[in-house]
Amino acid sequence: MTEQFAPPPSRGCSGTPVLKERGQHEVFCGLTGIIWLHRKMQDAFFLVVGSRTCAHLLQSAAGVMIFAEPRFATAILEETDLAGMADAQQELDRVVSELLARRPDIKQLFLVGSCPSEVIKLDLAKAAERMSAQFAPNVRVLSYSGSGIETTFTQGEDACLSAMVPVLPQTDARELLLVGALPDVVEEQAIGLLEAMGIGPIRVLPASRVNDEYGIGANTLYALTQPFLTDTHEALQRRGANHIAAPFPFGEEGTTQWLRAIADQFGVSEAKFAEVTDAPRARARKAVAQASEAIMGKSVFFFPDSQLEIPLARFLTRECGMEAVEVGAPFIHKAVMTPDLDLLAEGPVIAEGQDVDRQLDRCRAAQPDLTVCGLGLANPLEADGLTTKWAIELVFTPVHFYEQAGDLAGLFSRPVRRRALLKVEAAE
Amino acid sequence: MKLTVWTYEGPPHVGAMRVATGMTGLHYVLHAPQGDTYADLLFTMIERRNHRPPVTYTTFQARDLGADTAYLFKDAATAAYERFKPEAMIVGASCTAELIQDDPGGLAETLGLPIPAIPLELPSYQRKENFGADETFFQIVRALAKPMEKTARVTANLIGPTGLGFRHRDDIVEVTGLLMDMGIEVNVVAPMPASPSDIAKMGQAHFNVLMYPETAETAARYMEREFGQPYSKTVPIGVGATRDFVKEVAEIAGVEPVLDESRLRMPWYSASVDSTYLTGKRVFLFGDGTHVAACARIARDEMGFEVVGMGCYNREQARMLRGLAKDYGVEALITDDYLEVERRIEELAPELILGTQMERHIGKRLGIPCAVISAPVHVQDFPARYSPQMGIEGANVIFDTWVHPLVMGLEEHLLTMFREDFEFHDEAGASHHGHKAKLREIGISDGAENETVSPQQAQVSTGPVEIVWLPAAEKELKKIPFFVRGKAKRNTETFASERGVSEISVDTLYEAKAHYAR
Repeated sequence: MTEQFAPPPSRGCSGTPVLKERGQHEVFCGLTGIIWLHRKMQDAFFLVVGSRTCAHLLQSAAGVMIFAEPRFATAILEETDLAGMADAQQELDRVVSELLARRPDIKQLFLVGSCPSEVIKLDLAKAAERMSAQFAPNVRVLSYSGSGIETTFTQGEDACLSAMVPVLPQTDARELLLVGALPDVVEEQAIGLLEAMGIGPIRVLPASRVNDEYGIGANTLYALTQPFLTDTHEALQRRGANHIAAPFPFGEEGTTQWLRAIADQFGVSEAKFAEVTDAPRARARKAVAQASEAIMGKSVFFFPDSQLEIPLARFLTRECGMEAVEVGAPFIHKAVMTPDLDLLAEGPVIAEGQDVDRQLDRCRAAQPDLTVCGLGLANPLEADGLTTKWAIELVFTPVHFYEQAGDLAGLFSRPVRRRALLKVEAAE
Repeated sequence: MKLTVWTYEGPPHVGAMRVATGMTGLHYVLHAPQGDTYADLLFTMIERRNHRPPVTYTTFQARDLGADTAYLFKDAATAAYERFKPEAMIVGASCTAELIQDDPGGLAETLGLPIPAIPLELPSYQRKENFGADETFFQIVRALAKPMEKTARVTANLIGPTGLGFRHRDDIVEVTGLLMDMGIEVNVVAPMPASPSDIAKMGQAHFNVLMYPETAETAARYMEREFGQPYSKTVPIGVGATRDFVKEVAEIAGVEPVLDESRLRMPWYSASVDSTYLTGKRVFLFGDGTHVAACARIARDEMGFEVVGMGCYNREQARMLRGLAKDYGVEALITDDYLEVERRIEELAPELILGTQMERHIGKRLGIPCAVISAPVHVQDFPARYSPQMGIEGANVIFDTWVHPLVMGLEEHLLTMFREDFEFHDEAGASHHGHKAKLREIGISDGAENETVSPQQAQVSTGPVEIVWLPAAEKELKKIPFFVRGKAKRNTETFASERGVSEISVDTLYEAKAHYAR
């Protein structure tokens, strides 16, 4: 078996100075993570302690999930809660008792901090401890912050998972832990490939139910499936677990390198690795080649959103033949991101943080063929004549591993194909 | 603390954004943390605007809180002025910034900008979106509009339309047409799509047309007091209300009431025999006070429905709606908790719900048809086609919209005649709703499983007497077409409990049917 992808660039982007900006950020806060986490953890409820704005945000972002009986809600702070702090803790107890009486099937409750609750220094950790004792052993209560003053979009998942790491039991077993909430179909594919190589037992964080949980210890090996899990990564290191560094499993190359890094740790032979991966690799290459025809040779500009930007830029430039102009990320954790930065050829501006008006100036000046951005910017940029791919879909759609590689390329090529198809200009 | 799953209204600063986004030449500097920009996508996605909302967020972070967030605000306001050069600015705080007490109004004043910077006090922990819009528009009018000499010709301002308003875009066109037919010119339409310099000219109109009390009533009162401009009280939604509106406006303006009804098809459609089956259909209405009040009148007087319940989520309109509900012999439901709305709908078992996006979902869950009459709404209710609610065309639009979700007349008869048919039974669903038809297995009778229904399972509790459906009656109930089954069940139970009957037999069912026959 030979490497089928281009050789790594002689100098990647890990040494490139990062443009750090601050100013207006056009991003979601970490509360949005609840929308996919509550689907993944089937016995968990997420209670945001915040304002009407928080409730409105969740509802706007969750859109049509309304009435699928969501397992999240907001305890809206009122004027009286702001007056005295002891009062707020009592109120929280009342709301949680009310909630657990209504939903007796709930096994883990997350108290999620917001900007208002952080600013008034409402101690949710203490509240979680108190309630855990009160509702044990039926319900485990944990807390984390999804506030906009501390977290950006997908960092909400990181904050949630890192809150779960300290309460996992201790073990000495040599087990593989996959970290990151993935769509079920994708998770099963990943586990299937690894098991076919003889790797196991395999655990997943977050587990779909609290009863499915397992231990962590010095023999635990873990691989991140998502780039934004930096606090969770650090929390696992504190438990003595060992990180398997790898590029993230996007596209054929990313998936292969990610699998290989794990296979190496578990002593899988070259032959076995080839036997398991050759067929899906070929499928992925074929699908990407077809799906990326429309974007071959085109330029791409990333606004910061989810921290997926760098690995996605690596995929688009190396497997789809695109050229990156600027790759913006809300936050860049060097240790986690280095394998992807090493593979990303020098050239694009690597930006961390945001001053949205200045970034828009740079984007308009560069006139990229494709701009990856949030929903607040997409339509205005389209009206300006730029083609956009809205970034949130990349978090909600199955895009990891071999079988989704073609779909991933398709997500980027569809807007480009559409622009070519439409023959009527919009009226001004 | 209040446990909330879904909310009908956003926080008040979203109301201010609706005013700012509707207007041109105005910029909103909002002291807010990262994440509050989510509200931008309501405008760019739901309303599909092709520009970013004119809002600059200060985006303060946790690490700024120790230092002086006030500098961030000043920098953001200065940069926003330099970049966008607006005619005027509004400045305010979101819920989190309200807690850190930076006073955006005072800070903006110290910047010495060459344009008016209007401070907004929006209490986020007490009030909501509609208040935010109403208050913001009022503050803008108070700051910018001045008493002026009235125009030589009769003119009116249209007030109330905002960004993200339910059908505001097309209602403006329709009302402008109504006024034009009477020879009344429109002076300024505000807040949407006016600029601050337009606002400055509002004083020269003879009167105001208050299109949406939720978003402009405070400003209307202010202009009545300060500029001597009376304002119209009738909202022209529905045929009767449009006619009343024309009379009211003619009187205020001192002109002849003229209403061109040549395009009005709704009354004839409603009178035609095809609509007879609509008679007495039980409807429940929920939404903002204005739309519910207007739609209740249409439902009863223009469609021939029976209004079995109504309510609104905005407390500002509670008094008006309570009064109105009395006229209809129902109790108004004033709540912003959708679970309460759902309970009431379940209890009333209406045949049609007229409501918001939330009621659409409730209707879907309960299998009751629903049409949308009020915000909040999703993207499909910002349609590409012309679809006002107000005036002549509005009445036509409303007729079509409300009738569409109902099973059509002939279909209703067929379902009654062939209710045991294996292809054409009630669970097959209506022909035009896009579900896959479910064939019933031949040979299995509808009520087979009901023979085993134990009296305990069939228990319902209406009032003090425990009422039990006997298996045969339960089976008979199943034979009634689904769209009237809820009503039949309810009527029978009421009939039984009023007579102290605790067991419902087939006879009780038919006695009740005879009793309620119309």
